[in-house]
Amino acid sequence: MKTVVVVGNGMVGYKFCEKFVAKASKEAFKLIVFGEEPRPAYDRVHLSEFFQNQDAKALEMAPREWYAEHGIELITNARVSDIHRNSKTITTTADATYTYDYLVLATGSLPFVPPIEGVEKEGVFVYRTIEDLEHMMAYANKLKAVNPDAKAAVLGGGLLGLEAAKAVMDMGLEPHVVEFAQKLMPRQLDIRSSKVLQVKLESLGINIHLNKATNQILGDTAITGMEFGEDDTLDVDMLVISAGIRPRDDLGKTCGLDMGVRGGITVNNKMQTSDPEIYAIGEVALYNHMIYGLVAPGYEMAEVAVSQILGETEVLMSEDIDMSTKLKLIGVDVASFGEPFMPVEKGHSILFENKTKYLYKRINVSHDGKTLLGGILVGDASDYNILHQMYLNGIPLPENAEDLILGTRADGGSVFGSAMDLPDTAQICSCESVSKGAICEVVKSGECNSVNDVISCTKAGTGCGGCKPMVSDLVNETLKSLGKVVKETICEHFEYTRQELFGIIKVKKLQTFNEVLDACGAGDGCETCKPLVASIFASLYNDTANKEDVIQDSNDKFLANIQRNGTYSVVPRIPGGEITPQKLMVLGQVGEKYNLYTKITGGQRIDLFGAQLNDLPAIWKDLIDAGFESGHAYGKSLRTVKSCVGSTWCRYGMDESVSFAIDLENRYKGLRSPHKIKGGVSGCIRECAEARGKDFGVIAVEGGWNLYVCGNGGATPKHAVLLAEQIDNETCIKYLDRFLMYYIRTAAPLMRTAAWLEKLEGGIEQLKAIVIDDSLNLAEELEHDMQGLVDAYECEWKQVIEREELQSRFKHFINSEDRDDNIVFVPMRDQIMPEPWSTN
Amino acid sequence: MDTILTGLQPAFQPDHVKVWFKAAKVSDFPKNGGACVKYKNKQVAVYYFERKDQWYACQNACPHKLEMVLSRGMIGDDKGIPKIACPMHKKTFSLVTGENLNGDLDAISIYPVKIEDNFVYIGFSE
Ligand code: SRM
Ligand SMILES: Cc1cc2nc3c(=O)[nH]c(=O)nc-3n(C[C@H](O)[C@H](O)[C@H](O)COP(=O)(O)OP(=O)(O)OC[C@H]3O[C@@H](n4cnc5c(N)ncnc54)[C@H](O)[C@@H]3O)c2cc1C
Ligand code: SF4
Ligand code: FES
Repeated sequence: MKTVVVVGNGMVGYKFCEKFVAKASKEAFKLIVFGEEPRPAYDRVHLSEFFQNQDAKALEMAPREWYAEHGIELITNARVSDIHRNSKTITTTADATYTYDYLVLATGSLPFVPPIEGVEKEGVFVYRTIEDLEHMMAYANKLKAVNPDAKAAVLGGGLLGLEAAKAVMDMGLEPHVVEFAQKLMPRQLDIRSSKVLQVKLESLGINIHLNKATNQILGDTAITGMEFGEDDTLDVDMLVISAGIRPRDDLGKTCGLDMGVRGGITVNNKMQTSDPEIYAIGEVALYNHMIYGLVAPGYEMAEVAVSQILGETEVLMSEDIDMSTKLKLIGVDVASFGEPFMPVEKGHSILFENKTKYLYKRINVSHDGKTLLGGILVGDASDYNILHQMYLNGIPLPENAEDLILGTRADGGSVFGSAMDLPDTAQICSCESVSKGAICEVVKSGECNSVNDVISCTKAGTGCGGCKPMVSDLVNETLKSLGKVVKETICEHFEYTRQELFGIIKVKKLQTFNEVLDACGAGDGCETCKPLVASIFASLYNDTANKEDVIQDSNDKFLANIQRNGTYSVVPRIPGGEITPQKLMVLGQVGEKYNLYTKITGGQRIDLFGAQLNDLPAIWKDLIDAGFESGHAYGKSLRTVKSCVGSTWCRYGMDESVSFAIDLENRYKGLRSPHKIKGGVSGCIRECAEARGKDFGVIAVEGGWNLYVCGNGGATPKHAVLLAEQIDNETCIKYLDRFLMYYIRTAAPLMRTAAWLEKLEGGIEQLKAIVIDDSLNLAEELEHDMQGLVDAYECEWKQVIEREELQSRFKHFINSEDRDDNIVFVPMRDQIMPEPWSTN
Repeated sequence: MDTILTGLQPAFQPDHVKVWFKAAKVSDFPKNGGACVKYKNKQVAVYYFERKDQWYACQNACPHKLEMVLSRGMIGDDKGIPKIACPMHKKTFSLVTGENLNGDLDAISIYPVKIEDNFVYIGFSE
């Protein structure tokens, strides 16, 4: 049995193990892996996600048990300190000695810390490991506790620096990026695109300082600022250094392997170092005089080293390494591929720039206009994948190459054709080197039948994830070509999409869930299809949730949101956030009478929590008697239309945003939809109502309202996009009717407007055509249907308190007036809260 | 009406029933939904599947967070197995075996149900 010792258990070291065990027989080889970090290898590329969830396990490439299961001895918390080439042994800092037949160095790199005076000060960090992030977070929390306006700078405006800037911003610190060069991402962007990116980042609240050479870090023990030149300083309370990487090559140096002049262990195209029994892969390896700071080349190196050790000597490292990159996470699209900058002797550039929309696109094409050599995308990188593929595969360009960045201006058809047009050799997932051929093959062979199958079987999309849309296109197209229908059906009870079921129910005028099951379903239904059918009924007939309460989602069934301890919340509608002092007092009285925890919500209204099921009708009776209505805080329906104070009071207001918000909220209240809908109306572009963070947003401008659609906050925030400009109230309502009704008819279940627009073929332009130009000849029908729903509105809580037979469900027991005696409240800041759950 | 026995947990055969508790009239229960019955200090969720004319009963506490809420959940079937989805986080449980169908929570207790003279009875072993 031969022993392979791997030094370093990072991304590439892990990938080596994974590829090795997939090929080698357990009996012939023993794999021993040393990792200096306390935990098994994790996904450094997605390191920043740690800030959101602090879940180190979620980042693991494979759990510790995986190594054991595959017969790999993983020794973490252990640093290899010496290589003895004569005896073919290594020793660790704990003085343990191990013998190897082959040695693989995958020690990665360290962040480069420039020798600036004061870098050792407290509050200066690097950004590479989970521990680095933990320390940063602890420090940031300490800072914020004493100073809510604390600032943090990132030294270095490269790919990683910008990611770090976003991270410190998310930590609640004021972010600053300090870059030595005259542009951001100097290796990927040209000056113009850097400028566009800069404007965009500044609009997000990230401060950019270019052309700054840092001389000194100021402060006694902890950092208080940075000094660039005389009288040129920046006050900051924390600093993250992201100024490049240095290969961790000391092991190679001390045992006399060939090294690069500026570091890195030299390897040939077999990944062998100058000692043929020692291999180096990943960020420590110097190949073609270069260190490649990306995972994709590292993974290829792992593949090559595995093959070479196992005797597949024909597998060699590619000559050209693709350095195309796409920035992730920061909330702005940036990508660059191939040759981003173009020497004139090679070809020409085609440029498009629109700073007001933060857009910049550049492609570089050969002199004969036939091949794509590279390019840069800022602001909209949605075509990155396909452009990147065209570049990699030398796919001939369309006649008007500019269409690639401007879109066709002729009617019909996309410029790109389909992913299916790519050659089989096209590498779709560069992290895992999965070709188009491989993806289509597993589908054709019947091995895989869905995108998820393909991802788990080929590993495509499991690296940076950038290729996922393409993988899914390929899988779906291949399935289609095999005559297999690809349909996102609702569940096992209905073989239809929501849109199809909507059509069936509408045409057949079905009225109850049983009728729908009888007409086109199977079984008893479930928690997926029942609420969906309820939502379709509501959209067609505006039935309230009282009509068939057993098919409503739990919150709709009880017309209230269930809380941690099984009690409910009560949210009356306060249209536009406007409320009379009188009504405000009623809310206070009701809260006091029923001992409800009272809070002002993020939607400009008041939430009363902790109501027991048995009390809900009585509480609502009090509220309705005082003129309130249900706020539908529990429904997939219109929530609130948020407003700012507008021209009635505000010195900047251009129009009466409150009046219009109230009109809109009252028009669409109770409107059930695939997901919740929120609106906002701002009186001017200062946008105090955050209208562009809503499913529909209206902003007063000179000459009318601008109407924006398809934005949201929540888990995946999106700004709404402009649908129409300078329109009057009436037109705005007309467009909104059409837009909302079209969304309600065509969206998938639980799909908010932003995700829906993303899926809508033709995007916002198509939506404009439908809503404004009536390209589908549907406008009248949509308006008519909406008016029908508006006219059919009834407050569902009013129905309940007026009709006794609807009240029976608001009892905890069917055979007793008792309440649930398991409910326990504990005091909190003069109010109550549920007793916390003992488990999580 | 004849006795309809459904929802038998293997460990709890109807012959072990010592007490048939007369819970409420059939017409008090919602069709295709659930309601909670109080028996001594127990809370039992009872469901009526109208399409198949079948009744099931289980504990009202969801093993996930131990809140007394299962009776307020939504019923349905998973490949023919009648199930209940908890209203809190939609964990689903078989109403035949009590097993957690979409996770690895503990199984819930199931109780036998019979209908006599338009009354719903639930069987207890004590
Ligand atoms: C009460 C409130 C928080 C607060 O104390 O301020 C709240 C509370 C809840 N939100 Fe929210 N959200 C509240 C404002 C918001 C906002 C802010 C806003 O509306 O301006 C957002 C982000 C904006 C947006 O939606 O685009 C927000 C994004 C969410 C999301 C994420 C939606 C998404 O698309 O990612 C959920 C989860 C969901 O709907 O699936 C959610 C779900 C919930 C639920 C319903 C969770 C649940 O199922 O129990 C909470 C119910 C509380 C209750 O019982 O009433 N809440 N929630 C706010 C009620 C506003 C209102 O008056 O109706
Ligand atoms: C925040 C961040 C974002 C990134 N984003 C991207 C991206 O979007 N796309 C992309 O392609 N790349 C990205 N990268 C780069 C990518 O993470 C690296 O290219 C990749 O991790 C390199 O893998 P490696 O195994 O060579 O090195 P590492 O992952 O650094 O692993 C080396 C391991 O070896 C250990 N080690 C070192 N010396 C010894 C020793 N003597 N004994 C024992 N163990 C030792 C180290 O502790 C370390 O765990 C990002 C990096 C960071 C930090
Ligand atoms: S942010 Fe999360 S925890 Fe807070 S109210 Fe909304 S859903 Fe609940
Ligand atoms: S409490 Fe029942 S699923 Fe969470």
